[in-house]
Amino acid sequence: MNQEIDAQTVGRLFAAMLRIRCVEEEIIRVYSSDKVKSPVHLSIGQESIAVGVCENLRAIDIVYATYRGHAAYLAKGGDINGMMAELWGKSNGLASGKAGSMHLGDREAGMIGTSAIVATGIPLAVGNALAMKMQRKDVVTTVFFGEGATDEGVFHESLNFAALRKLPILFICENNQYAIYSHVRDRMGVENLCERVAAYGVPATRIENGDVFEVSEQTRIAVQEIRDGNGPQFLECMTYRWRDHVGPGEDRHIDYRPDEELDRWIANDQIARLGGLLDNADRQKIEAEIELEIAEAIAFAETGPFPGGEVMYKNVVQ
Amino acid sequence: MSSSKTRSVSYAEALYEALYQEMDRDPSVFVYGQGVDDAKGMYGTTLDFHKSFGPERCFDTPLSEDAMTGVGIGAAIAGMRPVHVHQRMDFLLLCMNQLVNMAAKMSYMTEGAVNVPFVVRGIIGRSWGQGAQHSQALHSYFMHIPGLRVFAPTTPYDAKGCMISAIRDDNPVVFMEHRMLYGNTGIVPEASYEVPFGQARLLSEGNDITIVGISHMVVEVLRAKQLLAQKGISADIIDPVSLAPLDIDTIATSVAKTGSLMVVDTSWLSCGAGSEIVTQVIEKLQGARDIRVSRLGYQPTPCPTTRPLEDLFYPTAQSIALGAYNLLEKPGDWAPEAVEASEIAEFRGPF
Repeated sequence: MNQEIDAQTVGRLFAAMLRIRCVEEEIIRVYSSDKVKSPVHLSIGQESIAVGVCENLRAIDIVYATYRGHAAYLAKGGDINGMMAELWGKSNGLASGKAGSMHLGDREAGMIGTSAIVATGIPLAVGNALAMKMQRKDVVTTVFFGEGATDEGVFHESLNFAALRKLPILFICENNQYAIYSHVRDRMGVENLCERVAAYGVPATRIENGDVFEVSEQTRIAVQEIRDGNGPQFLECMTYRWRDHVGPGEDRHIDYRPDEELDRWIANDQIARLGGLLDNADRQKIEAEIELEIAEAIAFAETGPFPGGEVMYKNVVQ
Repeated sequence: MSSSKTRSVSYAEALYEALYQEMDRDPSVFVYGQGVDDAKGMYGTTLDFHKSFGPERCFDTPLSEDAMTGVGIGAAIAGMRPVHVHQRMDFLLLCMNQLVNMAAKMSYMTEGAVNVPFVVRGIIGRSWGQGAQHSQALHSYFMHIPGLRVFAPTTPYDAKGCMISAIRDDNPVVFMEHRMLYGNTGIVPEASYEVPFGQARLLSEGNDITIVGISHMVVEVLRAKQLLAQKGISADIIDPVSLAPLDIDTIATSVAKTGSLMVVDTSWLSCGAGSEIVTQVIEKLQGARDIRVSRLGYQPTPCPTTRPLEDLFYPTAQSIALGAYNLLEKPGDWAPEAVEASEIAEFRGPF
């Protein structure tokens, strides 16, 4: 650990990552009860990317993310109560139960939305950046997507336009190496993604090991470049999904990836690592606060009413 | 120049004026798309906007319809009012994912926290061999999707008023224009005005049949009216103007009077706007009134390029008049004369 990283920063990053982990473990715990009537794409194992990135974003900055979006939402300062009630399908959820896990959005948190159609949110984030530039607003737009999204044409179209117009946008590729069960080497002729991105004129950096401090530091540098008016930046953040593509389960039995690969990433867990850097008392205080926060969120979700039929017809158009 | 009340301008000029006035009024409006800032200015409808309002508010784009649609949606969510222009509506197929999965859903998926004030212009090509991929009218695709609005104005008056309404509306609007309407002239007030969504226009009153025309087919229906008059047949002629939301009440009220409905679409029949209009009218009137219905539209083929086949592909004043005559089961055969469609006959291209 870098000597310059103080205990307060470690505590903050640890708390942010643990909060996401515990929320998702709670979802796993209750999932068999069928209370969460929504497909869930868990971020467990990938928390360090969202947290390392959002550590460098301000409340006014804007984020777009994907259906695997719990981590980005919570890291951006999202509301656990609203999110849980949304997963429960209740009227006190973020979108009255019309969004579910795959479409989390919350203007107050600066997260516009998430899309379940791979790569589809990327150009919207570029459009947000274009609008911020036209409105002369000092806002950085960040868009999260998996490496699977880089297979899509719209990713390349979006990069080109962002580079052409020097837009204030940060592209974050969470490269967990698998699109469902398909490995990246089976989908790309050239594996070096950063080289391809750089060819569009977008500076690209790869972070190999999911190290939360490294993700945060590279984001800090990239965001500074963007704020200085130097156009878009791209970070390829290597990471790993511990659970199945969708649902609460583990997926070792499917036998599409080596157990050792998963074990290596579990051994690299950034939450365990940072927890070990904290004093026991500090760590336990954080753990207790999160436990309480989640218990309150579950109660909020449980006690909220389901939406009435009239809610169905609201906000189709405005 | 004549006074504002009687001033006659073309459909293209009416669109230009609507866009110019809205850009002038509201700095959040911008116009973009392939060719909008070139020397032709999208048939004059966006001519020199990049000079009048600056290159930031009127710009050419890479050939990236998918991403550029998403960019418009994202900018709209962030407080802008973008107008994305496609010189041929066929290219909207490259935008379908963004329009259907994103633009149409954002308001609903966020329970109204965000909205998408976004206008997408698609120009339908016809004549001079536009062929299979430059002639398609895809309005029914968009009518199918909750969350999208669809305008298809026919007259210069409606072109201007609908464009102003579309830009000011807080929802995504597919704005369907027809190349063969661009030269048509009509009275258009100089001052700004809105034509509302969901309000059809009764263009002509009659007793025997209700004929609904969509987009350019309104022009052919009005020609067919003259032919039908030779047989003593008079028609209510209705232009829906707004296809989504659709003013079915105006149409159904007319059919309740005439007892017969023909819908003439500038597209195919299967799962088309005509099918929707006929079905809704039957649902409203069944049990109360026996009615006859029929639909006319494109032949069930891709659009051929060569003129003799193209002439067979589209409904004409002649085929519309004959269709109405047959629907009414008038006694004896009738061979209505052909009526020249000057906007088609005189068109010299190239585009």
